[in-house]
Amino acid sequence: MKFGVITFPGSNCDQDMVYVLRDIMGQEVVELWHKDHDLQGSDFVVLPGGFSYGDYLRSGAIARFSPIMNEVQAHAQRGGYVMGVCNGFQILAESHLLDGALLHNDNQQFICKNVWLKAETNNSMVTRSMDLNRTYRIPIAHAEGRFHASEDSLKAILDEDRVLFSYCDENGEVNSSVNPNGSAHNIAGITNKARNVFGMMPHPERAADPHLGNEDGRVLFESILSETLAQV
Amino acid sequence: MEAVIPGLDTAKKLGLLEEEYDKVCEILGRKPNFTELSIYSVMWSEHCSYKNSIKWLKTLPRKGPHLLAEAGEENAGLVDIGDGLACAFKIESHNHPSAIEPYQGAATGVGGINRDIFTMGARPVAQLNSLRFGSIDEERTKWLLKGVVKGIGDYGNSFGVPVLGGEVHFDPCYQTNPLVNAMSVGILEIDKTISAISYGEGNPVFIVGSRTGKDGIHGATFASGDITDSSSDDLPAVQVGDPFQEKLLLEASLELAETDVIIGMQDMGAAGIICSSSEMSEKGGHGMDIWLDKVPTRQEGMEPFEILLSESQERMLVVVKKGQEDIVTGIFDKWDLQAEEIGIVTKGDTLRFFDNGELVAKVPAESLVLGGGAPVYDREYSEPAYFAETKKFKIEDVAEPTDLIEVAKFLTEHPNIASKRWVTQQYDSMVGTINMTTNRPSDAGLVNVKGSKKALAVTVDCNARYVHADPRKGCAIAVAEAARNIACTGAKASGITNCLNFGNPYNPKVYWQFVGAIKGMTDAGTIFETPVTGGNVSFYNQTVSKDKEEAVFPTPTIGMMGILEDKTKAMGSDFQHASDSIYLLGESRNDINSSEYLYSFQGVKLSPAPHLNLEEELKLHTVLREAIDKKMIESAHDCADGGLFITLLESAMNHDLGFDVDYDTSVRKDAFLFGEAQGRVVVSVHAGEEKKFEEFLFKQGQTFSKLGSTNASGDLSFGGKSFGNMKQYKERFMNSLEERLLS
Repeated sequence: MKFGVITFPGSNCDQDMVYVLRDIMGQEVVELWHKDHDLQGSDFVVLPGGFSYGDYLRSGAIARFSPIMNEVQAHAQRGGYVMGVCNGFQILAESHLLDGALLHNDNQQFICKNVWLKAETNNSMVTRSMDLNRTYRIPIAHAEGRFHASEDSLKAILDEDRVLFSYCDENGEVNSSVNPNGSAHNIAGITNKARNVFGMMPHPERAADPHLGNEDGRVLFESILSETLAQV
Repeated sequence: MEAVIPGLDTAKKLGLLEEEYDKVCEILGRKPNFTELSIYSVMWSEHCSYKNSIKWLKTLPRKGPHLLAEAGEENAGLVDIGDGLACAFKIESHNHPSAIEPYQGAATGVGGINRDIFTMGARPVAQLNSLRFGSIDEERTKWLLKGVVKGIGDYGNSFGVPVLGGEVHFDPCYQTNPLVNAMSVGILEIDKTISAISYGEGNPVFIVGSRTGKDGIHGATFASGDITDSSSDDLPAVQVGDPFQEKLLLEASLELAETDVIIGMQDMGAAGIICSSSEMSEKGGHGMDIWLDKVPTRQEGMEPFEILLSESQERMLVVVKKGQEDIVTGIFDKWDLQAEEIGIVTKGDTLRFFDNGELVAKVPAESLVLGGGAPVYDREYSEPAYFAETKKFKIEDVAEPTDLIEVAKFLTEHPNIASKRWVTQQYDSMVGTINMTTNRPSDAGLVNVKGSKKALAVTVDCNARYVHADPRKGCAIAVAEAARNIACTGAKASGITNCLNFGNPYNPKVYWQFVGAIKGMTDAGTIFETPVTGGNVSFYNQTVSKDKEEAVFPTPTIGMMGILEDKTKAMGSDFQHASDSIYLLGESRNDINSSEYLYSFQGVKLSPAPHLNLEEELKLHTVLREAIDKKMIESAHDCADGGLFITLLESAMNHDLGFDVDYDTSVRKDAFLFGEAQGRVVVSVHAGEEKKFEEFLFKQGQTFSKLGSTNASGDLSFGGKSFGNMKQYKERFMNSLEERLLS
């Protein structure tokens, strides 16, 4: 599988994602520039975290107009895989490739810390190998991560099993006391109806290097790769 | 040039002394015009010229085996870390802007220090900051703290450099003059280092990055004066930051570093174009012609002196090899940044500035800079009366408290000791995926150097209470504590960057503190072989009100970096298991001098600095590193603010362990628990490994004592008496700062 990681002006987790995919997971990665008109044959496109265009106006609002986003739209419509992490999720929401919006955290502050997540379904490429009965420690780092969607759209997300991750406590309990940003239903990540576009606020690439003492995020990448193997 | 020639009055208004004005006339062989006068006033301001400090700064230890650039040679210190890599690191103050506009003041401080790092071709990998505010319960303090923290966070988070360490202290002496010191650490390939130099007649000079506006004009002069009631009138002297531009500038600059078309590059901080053009020219022994009308500006009709002095952020001056201009403009186009050719390198050493063909200023580069024509003063100093007062204090003056638990609780929730989580969670501490201390706390920040076996250890430290009590000893303690924190991770300290925050240098009592601190830094820096690689001096940190002038505590913040050869052996500060044995390396002393306990709980404001013995300290660090390298210990945490009790609490907290510890009967209980004598580290050893460890310590001749052991219940006890459970202390430790701030 060939991964493509897009750099927007202001992306700052692009190299972290490249490092994990290339150096830790041993995958082929192409680095894509936001002005490009070509995904260079990427099978799986990643929109990394950061502050594209400084997050001025609204996070993700300007990046969606970058030339490469036309290619990303077309790739997704063809059924190609696209994942957005943090700012990448915000861009995918602004691009309407994913439902909902990411609003300012309810405490109006940037929050950077480890949180506990649980996978809510195995029916997605990124959660396929995850254990639904355990919790994963993965960091968040954002000021605008409060997931919000209209009532109808939220209902559809829940009914169609499209919640990928929820914020929970260490034991997997999902409740408001462990909701770090005020997200609806403690939602930390979702997928689209076709289940080929994924967005999440937490950063799995920050929990994948053994030198940093936490590899809970690796399983997401392993999931992606195991699905590829299964297809072969 | 201008027809109207200003005189001494104008020079004085711009902050020059009469003797300095005379010297300018002598250098030029004529009276300067207004533009030239403005140039000298900023370049000879304290902030740019170090005129009142350089004499003493030159006495600091400045040589070390791994130094690639000595203090003052480049924008930041440069240490060889092996594998063809170097570490660039520096700390700087942004105190005066932050006192007036905390958000922008702090944000631009972060921006400025990072530009110093990447202008050398290094990618910033870690940020630290040292913050000091007045009493936490004052509304103004809360406003300042919230603004500063948001400013640091918004800028650094967007720019994308993780915060790996720092300190936040409160004391009434900082009430109107907070200290905001920001440190950045970067990594580069040695052969791609970019120098701040200009040479080669005919080479083009570019300005890149943001447009030049009217912000920050005379900012350097502003930073060289007292904060007064009318300081907020100086608001235009505060700059405005744009982290997005800085991020683009970073990427473009590092792309430029990959090419071989650059002669030199320097960021524009204090004193803008005039500072970078003069420093680069002087260093390269050349002159420069600059066409000010070519500089892209934000406003119409900016005066030549405004363009020259503007401190607009996110700009660089770049000297390019002639004929290679397209490569530079190509890279900046890619990043949607402006790169404008505004001048040319000339023979000689004269800087000439033109506005639409008219010569508006002509000055010798050498006459402007530190080490060149900038004035150097020998300031008088004398011992202040309070120093003798401190020596009168004896431990017997204070009765031992009957309720030690009350003291333990008081210190646990004291804002200088309690967790700074409310602050640090607003900073991205993980971007870059290099932070090795996210998942295990340690005494210094640890940077994973990707692709190498090594890690860098970084820390900032200064207990200004000690420095006030005894500048020489107190500053030596700051260095010792920094080195000890680095040793606790298993790393060896290799260099210092310092941020010297003091009051008015024209006050002999203040200058006495400055001289003492420099001597103390020399004492300790020599012992630990940690040369001073650079930093900055910030004088005039004091509040002038109607009837008095009050200096802040002398605060020489020590930024230190060290190298951990084998990162798989990185040591954390937290106890790992129940039933492990706890040891104290070093000696318990009957010493409560200048402790938080004595100062805040007992209310004794004057006492000597606590015990320090540099030889003992050096030995301790060596033994500690060896014990870590031999994998004999499970954790290491130094005794600092709040004393042994707080050290034990912090070590036990991460895994909700408890501990049972015996008193050392040779010292008072309050001194044992809360004294802040230096040279002590608490380590834990896996049950069953004690004998081997003790034999090792005997062999090394290291003083130690066995304190007790950890327990799974979370109960804390001293001498068999319960102090309560970890849960209660942890709740107070984690939440009390936030409660105080939001109340």
